[in-house]
Amino acid sequence: MDDRLITAIVVVVGVPGVLVGYIWGTEQVLRLFGGRMQPRIRPWLWLLPALGFLGVFLVYPTIGTIIRSLQDKAGTEFVGLANYAWFFSNDNALSALKNNVLWVVFLTVFTVGIGLLISVLVDRVRYESVAKSVIFVPLAVSMVAAGVIWKFMYEYRPPGEPQIGTLNAALGAVGTGPVAFLQAQDFSMNTFALIAVMTWMWTGFAMVIISAALKSINPELLEAARMDGANEWQVFRGIIFPLLVPTLAVVSTTIVITALKAFDVVYTMTSGNLETDVIANLMIKQMFSFGDFGRASAIAVVLLLAIVPIMLFNIRQFRSQEAVR
Amino acid sequence: MTRARYLAPLMALGLVLAACTSASPSASPGTSSGPSASAGPSTGEDDLTGQSVTVIGTWGDAEEEAFLAMVKPWEDATGATVKYTGTRDINTILTTGVASGVLPDLAGLPGPGQMAEYAAAGALKSLDDVLDIATYESETASGLVSLGQADGSTFGVFIKASVKGLIWFNPGLYDYTDNAPATWDDLLTQGAANQGSAQALWCLGIESGAASGWPATDWIEQIVLHQAGPDVYNQWWAGDLAWDSPEIRGAFEVYMNDVVGKSFGGGTNAVATSFLTAGDPLFTSPQGCEFFHQASFITGLGDFPNRTAGTDYNAFPFPSINDAYANAVEGAGDLFGMFHDTPAAKSLMRYLVTADAQNIWVRIGGALSANKNASDYPDDISSTMGSMVANAEMLVFDASDQMPAAMNEAFWSTMVSLTNGSITIDKALSDLDAVAADAYGS
Repeated sequence: MDDRLITAIVVVVGVPGVLVGYIWGTEQVLRLFGGRMQPRIRPWLWLLPALGFLGVFLVYPTIGTIIRSLQDKAGTEFVGLANYAWFFSNDNALSALKNNVLWVVFLTVFTVGIGLLISVLVDRVRYESVAKSVIFVPLAVSMVAAGVIWKFMYEYRPPGEPQIGTLNAALGAVGTGPVAFLQAQDFSMNTFALIAVMTWMWTGFAMVIISAALKSINPELLEAARMDGANEWQVFRGIIFPLLVPTLAVVSTTIVITALKAFDVVYTMTSGNLETDVIANLMIKQMFSFGDFGRASAIAVVLLLAIVPIMLFNIRQFRSQEAVR
Repeated sequence: MTRARYLAPLMALGLVLAACTSASPSASPGTSSGPSASAGPSTGEDDLTGQSVTVIGTWGDAEEEAFLAMVKPWEDATGATVKYTGTRDINTILTTGVASGVLPDLAGLPGPGQMAEYAAAGALKSLDDVLDIATYESETASGLVSLGQADGSTFGVFIKASVKGLIWFNPGLYDYTDNAPATWDDLLTQGAANQGSAQALWCLGIESGAASGWPATDWIEQIVLHQAGPDVYNQWWAGDLAWDSPEIRGAFEVYMNDVVGKSFGGGTNAVATSFLTAGDPLFTSPQGCEFFHQASFITGLGDFPNRTAGTDYNAFPFPSINDAYANAVEGAGDLFGMFHDTPAAKSLMRYLVTADAQNIWVRIGGALSANKNASDYPDDISSTMGSMVANAEMLVFDASDQMPAAMNEAFWSTMVSLTNGSITIDKALSDLDAVAADAYGS
């Protein structure tokens, strides 16, 4: 029999077997304790595998990365904060940091803003589900594929040549010269061209969540406001928006984290050239191209420190929402 | 083991005999396709049935098929099998492999610099006792032999080679086949005189994903080599010459003025155009450009495979800028090294350097042989390029590939910014000097 077939059978039968076996085993262990202790110990025993995995695959590597970020390229000597000093004094790193700020601010504003607009507008039309599906589909496209697709959209040919990029062909049709979207650096135009790709992908995500929150608003509230003579803008401004704020906060934090982790689109479309680099791409370069694990770890730690407050905010927001329910 | 050692001299004799038989040029190159029947004698002594050799290389698709066709006669003769894995990420795999000890038997090496590093780390095995060095050196282009040496021992051999710095043109516009411009000034004046309906002098395209910019670094390398010579060239990539020295600055100026300034669509178009299709405007009507600079492997890419060598395109060597360095050639190639000295790996290594083995790939096309006796080239252009490698008086390897990885990458991306017109030459050179201060130290 084929080795792979045997492996497949072992996995299909073995994994559930091990899980059931673990539960059975914990019950055997619990019998050793008194009846009163059992309910206190059981949750911990059930959590143990998950905690073990978290420890091995998350806590241990995080501590390892922090230690490694204080070491030199080869990992033989401690260099103190030299890797961090490099990060905050290197032109490329600072440019990447600046770009990440652009990503965080504009990706969040664009996706949440457009997502809110669309979900409020399509809430009132008959073909709502079709419209929402169309906007949601890009999220299912892999980021690398999205990068390749948009590279074709942005394709540039010199003036006078047939434009094969969709956007430049459209510009040509209205009589304007071609624009080198991914090469133009004025006002960070190429970075915004990349942010537009992620906006195209993530607007659907924001829209779906906001739309769900919109549906959960009690229609009687809106009706009461309209009875009292509020116009549609006042209804939105005074009732709908305040009720959506907790949802908008959760969506925004998710998008902020996505923006901080931005890598695939940049890597496939410009590879960080012409000042479009972002922190994640810089980290990959330092680690896999230059073999400098010290600097790569320092970048990872900076990224982690940037994400932690947002994560905490997200968790707190989530808890307060749970408390309301 | 003793048997293998006893057989080594016999093997060497076999190599010599095989080399001699294949030295007589076959009457009709190109007609005999498939593995040569004489591949047997050079390998037949080993019975390695059931053994296997793991090989990692950068070849995929057509190149992978060509390599597998190349090792097929060896597999048939010895009974051993080759387990080949192709990856573009060979640098990462070997760097981590040397640290962890998990390595293939044979592997393509990124360049002579990395080869020396792996050899110094003790991971790479010397080939001095594996190959018959005297025969190998006599059969192989001398420039390639020395690129495979570190500390006086041979660690790497070239499976195939390519010539960089060729100027491609379309004979339909003006035929330079028999009167190629000898000097850079000739090229510029003749090019302008014969430009005809072509829209620009040069085609230029430097986009290449994460490696964007390398075709521009190749340009700088050619100009440095022909303007300042191999010694300056070698000091430059080794980090012993500042970027902001007159020799390097001069090359950057020639590139910006005579190449980017006279390119089809200008610098921004060059940055937006993939190197794969950059030469295609040679074949449009009217032509986008008159000349296109690229290595010999371009004949397998873009629109070239759909065209006929000799009538639709042809090439001449990079013209001389300073006559003292007229015979300098920049080559590149697939350097191969051995990490585990198993009998099968050694046997395969001995086989790969033979003319019989290399002729298989040469006949398939897209490769120049490192072995002077492998000359079954499919067309005249390949044949000319093959002899350029074999007879080069001064052969240098790709400079950027020999720089530390961080320097190489900065060189690429700086060339992208410079070609795009985003930065000046002054800024480019001072940026690169700043990176050099950091990159060569570690």
